Amino acid sequence: MMAPAVVLLLGWMLVPLTMTLFFSFKKYLPLRGGDLGWVGFENYVRFVSSSSFWPAVGTTLLIVGGVLVITVLLGIALALLLDQPIWGQGIVRILVIAPFFVMPTVSGLVWKNMFMDPVNGFFAHIWRLFGAEPIQWLSHASMPSLVMIISWQWLPFATLILLTAIQSMDFEQLEAAEMDGARPVGRFWFITLPHLARAITVVILIQTIFLLSIFAEIFVTTAGAFGTKTLTYLIFQRVLESQNVGLGSAGGVYAIILANIVAVFLLRIVGKNLDA
Amino acid sequence: MKQIQLTQVSKRFGDVEVIPPLDLEIEDGEFVVFVGPSGCGKSTLLRLIAGLEDVTSGAVIINGEDATGIPPARRSLAMVFQSYALYPHMSVRKNIAFPLRMAGLDKAEQNRRVEDAANVLNLTEYLDRRPGQLSGGQRQRVAIGRAIVREPTAFLFDEPLSNLDAALRVGMRLEISELHKRLATTMIYVTHDQVEAMTMADKIVVLQLGVIEQIGSPLELYRNPQNIFVAGFIGSPRMNLLEGSEAAAHNAHTIGIRPEHISISTDKGDWEGVVGVTEHLGSDTFFHVSCPAFANPLTVRAGGDVDLSYGTKIFLTPDKAHLHRFDDKGLRLT
Ligand SMILES: Nc1ncnc2c1ncn2[C@@H]1O[C@H](COP(=O)(O)OP(=O)(O)O)[C@@H](O)[C@H]1O
Ligand SMILES: [Mg+2]
Repeated sequence: MMAPAVVLLLGWMLVPLTMTLFFSFKKYLPLRGGDLGWVGFENYVRFVSSSSFWPAVGTTLLIVGGVLVITVLLGIALALLLDQPIWGQGIVRILVIAPFFVMPTVSGLVWKNMFMDPVNGFFAHIWRLFGAEPIQWLSHASMPSLVMIISWQWLPFATLILLTAIQSMDFEQLEAAEMDGARPVGRFWFITLPHLARAITVVILIQTIFLLSIFAEIFVTTAGAFGTKTLTYLIFQRVLESQNVGLGSAGGVYAIILANIVAVFLLRIVGKNLDA
Repeated sequence: MKQIQLTQVSKRFGDVEVIPPLDLEIEDGEFVVFVGPSGCGKSTLLRLIAGLEDVTSGAVIINGEDATGIPPARRSLAMVFQSYALYPHMSVRKNIAFPLRMAGLDKAEQNRRVEDAANVLNLTEYLDRRPGQLSGGQRQRVAIGRAIVREPTAFLFDEPLSNLDAALRVGMRLEISELHKRLATTMIYVTHDQVEAMTMADKIVVLQLGVIEQIGSPLELYRNPQNIFVAGFIGSPRMNLLEGSEAAAHNAHTIGIRPEHISISTDKGDWEGVVGVTEHLGSDTFFHVSCPAFANPLTVRAGGDVDLSYGTKIFLTPDKAHLHRFDDKGLRLT
């Protein structure tokens, strides 16, 4: 007999999944005739053969990869800094965590209008202060800008997880390494970093899951223009802008497959840190 | 030769003076035990010698050289921590080789030394395991192995046996003592357990609140405790410490008599008492005897075959030759 939790979980996942699969085999245009019957794999073929498909996959992976690299590296650096006894530690920690509480839509708009606006943005003022021509962030450097905005949002999460890991470290191990002749860099490399491996794995896995479905930040900044159309955004455009539910559903199934490929890939390379 | 010398070394944490200025000399090849109750500053003193803490004042001299400002790695001391502090993600081999790797020794030399150490410590078949797959005693040996491969001037042990169960503790105690005999290297060993101190030490340093109460060989401390603290701390079961008129009769504020220096008789003796709880150890029997003359029950040792039931009236007679007398400041009277 299956445990009730398993049944609930299966229902929770199976209903939307089944509906997505169901619609992906139909020609369904809500404003242009509604349900126009079964079409087999036509939606799947059309979705992949669209010229936007492969660039969207590339953009998705680039954003996920870029944000992961930045948040993990900066997260480790920040966690190491925050672990030091500093004055006003409590306040500093709250400030570091703060971006996590800002809604994605809000942070996207704030970055777009207050920092990256080429005329009135904070960066534009700084650039002019040094006599330079302000950068058209969201149009000329759209991908770096997006990666920057999303990293800013996820850095607190990474920092927090890594900080708790650093704090759970047995400091006698570091002292032992010090007595064994390891210099500060050696102590970080041989003792602290291996200790953080599991936390880094957790950060990478959780962030990947959320980053694959990033949407609001793109919607309010570039609206998918300038090469920032991710798979999620492409599906959104097919369903809502083109009003083609069948095509969007087929895209959704592709997104599920992509997420699973990435997950298996990640579990292969980093998942071994999770056992033992 | 004096190998490690502390001159007027003191340590403060903020406003708290954990170690008031003290002097201490440790000879080459000695097994020195720092013993005292928890929180008395034993670990702090050891960490000052190791260089893991900076002294507030005074100097640490190692091998005749002032080591006060020298970082821990260059003091050529090896330490075994209470938690063992093994590197969990490295195999036993890599753990033991770590100090050699940091010193830049070549692979062949590293392997040779690791295998030598593993041989001495019976770790050969565990070299490829991780610390997490070892028992407490084996982990302890890995920690010792990591210390001996460096061939240091002195070993520092901070309560290395306190995480082991009683049976293993006795075994490891012997192993460490044997290791000391074999290597003939100075060892400084911290413990709160006076049995460990008595059984292992060449020289015991008794500490209380950061102050050295007495330094001497185990038997010196046992026979001639310089004050009440040492008298009560060294020896198990504890020395009986008596105050009041009986002490005054011996011209002292307090008198002390060890359990084995009191004889029991059923018909006559100096002090009358009633047998309370009895502890049979097989070889010995300890009686807790309540005497109307004293506030606390006395502990008396008798042979393993002596059996007195609860509530029996008996008489106790102390052996005058082994009576310790202390003045009102707790210092020994001669
Ligand atoms: N880093 C520290 N900061 C403040 N106080 C400390 C520190 N380390 C030790 N102490 C204090 O110093 C005293 C002696 O500690 P310790 O040397 O660890 O004692 P022991 O090892 O004899 O049990 C204790 O009262 C302890 O609270
Ligand atoms: Mg201690």
